[in-house]
Amino acid sequence: MSDLLLDIKGLTKAYPGVVANDDVSFSIQKGEVHALLGENGAGKSTLVKMIYGLVRPDKGDMQLKGATFAPQEPRAARASGVAMVFQHFSLFDALNVAENIALGMENPPKQRELAKRITEVSQAYGLPLDPTRMVGDLSAGERQRVEIIRCLLQDPSLLIMDEPTSVLTPQEVEVLFKTLRKLREEGTSILYISHKLEEIRAICDAATILRRGKVVATSDPKTASARELAELMVGSTLHQPERATQELGDVMLEVNDLSTASASPFGTSLKSINLKVRKGEVLGVGGVAGNGQDELLAALSGESLSSANSVIIDGNPIGNLGPNDRRHIGVLSAPEERLGHAAAPDMSLTENALLTGSKRENLAENGFINWGKTREFAEKIISDFDVRTPGPSHVARSLSGGNLQKFVIGREILQRPEVLVVNQPTWGVDAAAAADIRQALLDLAAAGTALVVISQDLDELMEISTNFAALHHGHLSETRPCKGLTVDEIGLMLGGANAAA
Amino acid sequence: MIHLEKRAEPSKTWTAFTPVLAVILTMIAGGLMFAALGKDPFEALRTIFYDPLFSEQFSAYSRPQLLVKAGPLILIAIGLSLGFRAGIWNIGAEGQYIIGAICGAAVGLALYPSQSWLIYPVMILAGAFGGWAWAMIPAILKTRFNTNEILVSLLLVYVAEQLLASMALSTLRNPEGNGFPGSRNLSQHWATSNPELISGTGMHIGVLFAFIAVIMAYIMLNKHMLGFQIRLTGESPRAAQFAGVNPTRLILICLGTSGALAGLAGLFEVSGPAGQVSIDFNVGYGFTAIIVAFLGRLHPVGILLAGLLMALTYIGGELAQFMLGLPGASIQAFQGMLLFFLLGVDVLTNFRIRIGHGGKK
Repeated sequence: MSDLLLDIKGLTKAYPGVVANDDVSFSIQKGEVHALLGENGAGKSTLVKMIYGLVRPDKGDMQLKGATFAPQEPRAARASGVAMVFQHFSLFDALNVAENIALGMENPPKQRELAKRITEVSQAYGLPLDPTRMVGDLSAGERQRVEIIRCLLQDPSLLIMDEPTSVLTPQEVEVLFKTLRKLREEGTSILYISHKLEEIRAICDAATILRRGKVVATSDPKTASARELAELMVGSTLHQPERATQELGDVMLEVNDLSTASASPFGTSLKSINLKVRKGEVLGVGGVAGNGQDELLAALSGESLSSANSVIIDGNPIGNLGPNDRRHIGVLSAPEERLGHAAAPDMSLTENALLTGSKRENLAENGFINWGKTREFAEKIISDFDVRTPGPSHVARSLSGGNLQKFVIGREILQRPEVLVVNQPTWGVDAAAAADIRQALLDLAAAGTALVVISQDLDELMEISTNFAALHHGHLSETRPCKGLTVDEIGLMLGGANAAA
Repeated sequence: MIHLEKRAEPSKTWTAFTPVLAVILTMIAGGLMFAALGKDPFEALRTIFYDPLFSEQFSAYSRPQLLVKAGPLILIAIGLSLGFRAGIWNIGAEGQYIIGAICGAAVGLALYPSQSWLIYPVMILAGAFGGWAWAMIPAILKTRFNTNEILVSLLLVYVAEQLLASMALSTLRNPEGNGFPGSRNLSQHWATSNPELISGTGMHIGVLFAFIAVIMAYIMLNKHMLGFQIRLTGESPRAAQFAGVNPTRLILICLGTSGALAGLAGLFEVSGPAGQVSIDFNVGYGFTAIIVAFLGRLHPVGILLAGLLMALTYIGGELAQFMLGLPGASIQAFQGMLLFFLLGVDVLTNFRIRIGHGGKK
């Protein structure tokens, strides 16, 4: 077994009230792309954090290249040749690429030298990147390249990637996969965390599947089907979202020539957006991150105001109304950022239920909050949407990402929206929960709600949307029916090809 | 090795226990300081914390002082805590306190020597209005021009102090005062005085208002949408915006309320314990109330207790200066330690301490 790179035996880590990892054992070979699969809360993050030295295991040991490996901190892990690309980037918008990379290094070389090395590495691995560009101007895909190159400069023997494709276009995913294959040829091992089973089947050599903190299976993703993998992960048969074919109703939401300036210097301004959504329609809005998704949601939710006639609901101009006035007439929304935008991290789920529910659920009378009723509402969200938490008195940040997302989406759906706008409804959510959320959105459409689903996951949009449009640099493309749309056409729309037309 | 580990949820036990721990640590560190100054630390601590309330010799004088001093502290701190919870930093309560006193006193003096029970309520309104108006300056500058309310409200304290000196020396000076600075004594005139309601307790109308403010703040923060919006804005401004909270309105409400309450405190002080508008009328209640607000964890009941504790250290501190010859600066350092330790041990609410080497726990 001279090919063994990392051998993990019996790792256990318990947090108060939950065993995140229970006797986890698996091994990674040299030059292998190893998938780590599991639902949210299955213990994937805890596991890689232990490998990367962010969390210390309670029990068990790890061996790296035959030697005992117990990193006290990420620096020690990096010194041993373990590097990690996180799902959330830690980059400074106002610094350029080389400066950002220098910040993460122990002994950064001179800027010019570093820039040269960045260019070398980026060319060697087919990741085009200009070291002098400001990070604030980069797309999400390019930002990820900064993180990857930061890791590659350390010449790692194991590269951990947490959900690397969640922010990429199909074309960018191809570039990333080429890089990963090249790394594999050179003998670098990759631990690849993802929910996207097709991807895992395309690139990974082995897969370890976690469920509730335990390894439930190791599987060869080349031979197993995506469905088999998913079922191993969830532990039950997976439910495919179904949609009823139905006639669309009248136009419910109409956006006319909507332009807004972005609040942040690195945001994207919306430029003359036009769209129409009918009752029962799901409009899928695609686009690579940072092309105006947040701004579009803010303009529809009422967080950013515009002229009255630029947003029309059921014939009534509402562009100048704030979020609560819009909620009153049934325009609800769920933003992308769960913690800190859709929910207040340190407030209880009951309080978070009140956050958007106060108006439509009549949770307050003359300004006085009916806490009993609010708690019931929170409990209903928790039970109807299978939110896993000990109870509504727990704070939002104690929930895993997927559970909180179910809570946030459930909170809006239970308020019987006339128009629902969601941004990245299943981002970072496991397959089973994602399927539940999509089904809930489709059920809502079937009941006559007009939906706008903004997402970077094209498979998701194709699965649930009636019509499709793409955002590019703040422009919205023309709307086209999803049926018959080819991947190439979608790619062109995402690239802004017909946005000018 | 000692390291900190973030808790999944803030610990409820520690939230309640950290103030107690801070007081204990202050006693230890303060005791060491008093010992270093050559005094018996136990005697010093006893003089500060015990004698004002229970010593036969002093308690008759100092026990009522407890409410007299705690009243304005609590009243001001309650107002400040609303803004602090929402991330709106009114540092200038001292100025609003002065202006409230000037406005309230001006009404009383203008109507002197008429005898009507209506005069005092009008003075109360004028006091609240004065504090409110002074706080509206940073509020409007912030909402219109995005200026920093910390700086504006703080600097306005010094403007208010100049105004106070000018009032005491000219406009509001006692015409029968033989040219001495300072206004007529409001507390000696029935219609304009804020008397002790129950003799020997120190309880005056202002203390009553402070207790009412505690109850109202508690109800608002826990039962009312406005309180929810205040807490939400402090926790997560973006989520508050998503929830439809109007930040401009919240800034006006929070600064306005804290200004009005500080103004009220000033009015009750000038017509009661202080008695008159004088150059050295303000003694720092507006600043100490900031400490009280944090010591009470911005919680109304906590502020009530913190106000009483802070008042005790004031009275006890004076007693210690007088009895033991401790320098005044050491008392201030002692009070500073209290805030320092409180903020220091605050970390235990969100983190737990782990001792030992790394992963083996």
